[in-house]
Amino acid sequence: MTEPQTLFQKIWNNHVVAQEVASPAVLYVDLHLVHEVTSPQAFTGLRRRGLRVRRPEKTVATADHSIPTHDRSLPIADEMCARQITQLEVNCRDFGITLYGMGSPHQGIVHVIGPELGFTQPGHTIVCGDSHTSTHGAFGALAFGIGTSEVEHVLATQCLLQRQPQTFEVRVEGQLGPGVSAKDIILALIARIGIGGGTGHVIEYTGSAIRALSMEERMTICNMSIEGGARAGLIAPDDTTFDYLHGREFAPHGAAWDAAVTRWRSLPTDAGAVYDKTITLDAAALEPMITYGTNPGMGIAITSRVPDPADVSDPTQKAALDKALRYMDIQPGHPLLGHPVDVVFIGSCTNSRISDLRLAANLLRGRKVADNLRVMVVPGSQDVKRQAEAEGLAEIFKAAGAEWREAGCSMCIAMNGDQLSPGQYAVSTSNRNFEGRQGKGGRTFLASPLTAAASALTGRVTDPRTLLEN
Amino acid sequence: MAQFTTLTSTVAPLPMNDVDTDQIIPARFLKATDKQGLAANLFADWRFNADGTPRPEFVLNQPRYQGAHILLAGHNFGCGSSREHAPWALTGNGFTVVISTSFADIFCNNALKNGLLPLVVDAETHQMLFDLIEEVPTAELTVDLATQTLTLPTGQSVTFPIDGFSKACLLQGADELGYLLNYDAQISAFEARLPARG
Repeated sequence: MTEPQTLFQKIWNNHVVAQEVASPAVLYVDLHLVHEVTSPQAFTGLRRRGLRVRRPEKTVATADHSIPTHDRSLPIADEMCARQITQLEVNCRDFGITLYGMGSPHQGIVHVIGPELGFTQPGHTIVCGDSHTSTHGAFGALAFGIGTSEVEHVLATQCLLQRQPQTFEVRVEGQLGPGVSAKDIILALIARIGIGGGTGHVIEYTGSAIRALSMEERMTICNMSIEGGARAGLIAPDDTTFDYLHGREFAPHGAAWDAAVTRWRSLPTDAGAVYDKTITLDAAALEPMITYGTNPGMGIAITSRVPDPADVSDPTQKAALDKALRYMDIQPGHPLLGHPVDVVFIGSCTNSRISDLRLAANLLRGRKVADNLRVMVVPGSQDVKRQAEAEGLAEIFKAAGAEWREAGCSMCIAMNGDQLSPGQYAVSTSNRNFEGRQGKGGRTFLASPLTAAASALTGRVTDPRTLLEN
Repeated sequence: MAQFTTLTSTVAPLPMNDVDTDQIIPARFLKATDKQGLAANLFADWRFNADGTPRPEFVLNQPRYQGAHILLAGHNFGCGSSREHAPWALTGNGFTVVISTSFADIFCNNALKNGLLPLVVDAETHQMLFDLIEEVPTAELTVDLATQTLTLPTGQSVTFPIDGFSKACLLQGADELGYLLNYDAQISAFEARLPARG
């Protein structure tokens, strides 16, 4: 009888091409996603060595990071961004890679379009030169971010040299309360384990609260695994996964679909399989979360008080908290509730999918955003944008006084001109609140789409539960 | 890849935990399509004022740390984004060793592909090194990769961990892609079996 295996171990074992003693495994990659920022130097490397892309049909590209989100009929104002996008077009043409770039009806954030086009499938290995590749783990795929040298390795060989990580089960049991969402689960987890808590591990999310989530909510959770230091997050595929994928353009069809589902049903972790470590969260005890500091682990329940450095005994942690609060210019010992904000950003690979926009639009319907507040809604893809327009969500956002923009990473990474000014505060549905992440000198409070929409209505950090009907 | 064997150097101390790659090189400097010009933007928002003038208090702007090839950093160095621009910017400033108690996984992988040694020490050694550099800013450390030892000016040595494969690549300046390309036949055989797999 074979040893019981985890989901991770099954996928890993299925993809080892070679494993020399005391060396990393040669791991096969089923899907390589490429974008304009972390790939140009890799293509330059291929040209220098006279190499081709080994499997262009397993490689998919889009432009998302430096692409403008204003009217696409206008030229790109930033010359370097324009050059980067042109270079991606040249590279994809020269090496035979499908590109969903400027002007494509499927352009969008790489971690939004992969799943929605059906490229992302259970049991696959998926890599991209982007740390939020962990998103795709929501489908039971082993998906992780890589650097540009590794992008070149995968382009040339469809393989990577990888050391086997350890496994970390995060079990979330119980039912979420009203106004509490997937984003709050993952922010609460990172607040608990810290931003290095998952280093060297692949997280598998299990438990009744995870099983109850939609695919888009599962993507939000897996997306931020990297913010807890884990390169990958996994959720076992189930009927929710198969229902989402069925009929998508690049998912298997016909008899191949049935065969795939049969294979996928064998992927979940076997009874009795052992994880290297496990923790449990109680979903019912969670509240809407918000970050107060300069990394995603500095998060609190929205009704709680900002921690006081005076209460921290470890000198390096005390110094880190003190530095973060000084950058954020907020007072310890008080709640963030009511703190004025300048910008609300609803978007990013964490929370820019149709269900995120529906949640936000439901709160904004028939209401106006606060005066002197900039509210940006940036759909994750052109497909999400069309869907939101067809459902009337775009009209709700515009009528409320929010900006309705084109698809891209936008103010999550602030490369394309969408950025905070120094000193501004944003409530953001994105994934990183590092110093300057959303614009030099800008200050970010990470939160859920509901919390962001509630804060958009008041112009202050607001508990969405106070605005929900019933 | 640049070879790494031994190094004796002064040390630039950066006693901050969880230094993320957005601090090592902010995203607005990732618009280049080559590796040139990144070095000037290492730690840009900590190193320079808004008008571009250097902040004298930042470690890399202090004359006594000029020429240091070793960066002594706080816990969990290199967290966040996968940008390889971070090790490119560090090596562009002459750093070939970063010492910490832990490194984020992707940063560690990226560093090793660029001749930049992520050197892990225990918390006690880590504190001792910060104390040493505070007391004697010009103190030199010696790193010997072959023996995996870090030697202090007192002659005291500590060993550091590194996996054998990464060590061999650094010692030889070997390029992982060259190694991977040797597996072409095995990769083809694996691909021939593909439809049977998940």
